[in-house]
Amino acid sequence: MRLTAITMAVALSAGMAVADTVAPTQVTYGEYGAIETSLSGQVGDAERGRELMIARGKGNCIACHAVEALSDAPFHGEVGPPLDAVGSYRSPAELRGIVANAKMTFPETVMPAFYKTTGFIRPGDGYTGKAAEGELDPILTAQEIEDVVAFLMTLQGS
Amino acid sequence: MKLKALTAMAALLVAPAAFAGGADDDTLVINGEIEMTTKADAPEHMEGTGIDQVISGWHFRADETQQIQMDDFENQGMIFVDQAINTWNTAEGSAGQSCADCHNDPESMAGVTATYPKWNEDAGEVRTVQMQVNDCRVNRMGAEPWPYDAAPAINMEALIASQSRGMPVDVAIDGPAAETWEQGKDIYYTRYGQLELACASCHEENYGNYIRADHLSQGQINGFPTYRLKNAKLNGAHSRFKGCVRDTRAETFATGSPEFVALELYVKSRGNGLSVEGPSVRN
Ligand code: HEC
Ligand code: HEC
Repeated sequence: MRLTAITMAVALSAGMAVADTVAPTQVTYGEYGAIETSLSGQVGDAERGRELMIARGKGNCIACHAVEALSDAPFHGEVGPPLDAVGSYRSPAELRGIVANAKMTFPETVMPAFYKTTGFIRPGDGYTGKAAEGELDPILTAQEIEDVVAFLMTLQGS
Repeated sequence: MKLKALTAMAALLVAPAAFAGGADDDTLVINGEIEMTTKADAPEHMEGTGIDQVISGWHFRADETQQIQMDDFENQGMIFVDQAINTWNTAEGSAGQSCADCHNDPESMAGVTATYPKWNEDAGEVRTVQMQVNDCRVNRMGAEPWPYDAAPAINMEALIASQSRGMPVDVAIDGPAAETWEQGKDIYYTRYGQLELACASCHEENYGNYIRADHLSQGQINGFPTYRLKNAKLNGAHSRFKGCVRDTRAETFATGSPEFVALELYVKSRGNGLSVEGPSVRN
């Protein structure tokens, strides 16, 4: 089952062109911050999303959120709410909007925007402390946002 | 079931003591004699921040780390204080003078750290302890200034801080210092970098919470310089600020920069009423 999903995602990404990707500056957010369609034009891979949730320098979502399903990865934070059942009460469109730019859903939230490239104060070159050179990349790519959303949808509580 | 799983997870993943615990209730006494005020009513200027009690970073550290700070023989920061005593007594520069030639014993520095950063009328600027020390080195001793937060500078700052241990932090934020203080306050609330986080996002809104493996404190600097077990040396407030700003994926300011001097004054003023603890011990 899992394998099938991965294989499908690989097959899809091999086949499809980047042209369907919505650039960070072109994203349309709904009134409450949701994004209706896939940012990459493709389905997400929950297994890859799982890795991104844990990886420092990528999602590092567990820095702020506790997630029981990720308890094999050490140290979960308490800055944001636990996400254990988030897939049961949030739609993919809402989750996509929250991960891409949570401030569209929760104004002033401390949660960083993972699919945003402009409007920062003193943006750095990653975690070097030096000034960013040239255009910024979003912290997660369009496909990575989809992967994280796919993983979040697996969180249905117990 | 769910509760049990959560508890098990907490035990496994987080330092066992203080899950969602906030500050602990321990008491800090150094060498069995210097009693520290580690919790105090928030100074008036913090009204509206949601913080009514200011708390030393000591309360957010693990028991083992806390213990080390309670005894000068265990506190390895004191080794660097001893080194600075040698420096204090050593003549340097074209004037052939040492700190001791003008200031006698280091004990004469009691009270300095409690009131710095401080407005300097002649210079027309707010000065940190390190800036003042460099002023003496350059203008009185004819010696080279020390680079900001470099070992000789931070060790001397720790020697000076240790003379004020137990005294309440009491920096002036009004009068000529007000403008610099406001600048520091602006910086404190600015959401820097690609993560768009301000000092306040972590140390005002979220102290007491864990962020990954780190137990967030109020980011107070009454304990600086700080001996960190992580790098086994004394660390300055500006170096800590730099690390925190870097962690927001931002371009940092330099140690010793006007921005960090202003931020030091502002952050220090948030600890008015807490005891000077430097050199403290942190992980
Ligand atoms: C620096 C802290 C921080 C990080 C990192 C972070 N979040 Fe959040 N997140 C929050 C906070 C705080 C909230 C609550 C919203 C608010 O501010 O009211 C939140 C809310 C959410 C919600 C909504 C939950 C609900 O019940 O509706 C989701 C979903 C979410 N985050 C997913 C993620 C994912 C996925 C990542 C990583 C890609 C992530 N978060 C990274 C702090 C963070
Ligand atoms: C992304 C979260 C985050 C942000 C933003 C942040 N810090 Fe920190 N800071 C930490 C963590 C984690 C620690 C280590 C645990 C602790 O002492 O709170 C820390 C430690 C500190 C300490 C050491 C406290 C002690 O008692 O040893 C100071 C001082 C500090 N921060 C000041 C600041 C200032 C000033 C800013 C803004 C320029 C800032 N921090 C921004 C996360 C952050």
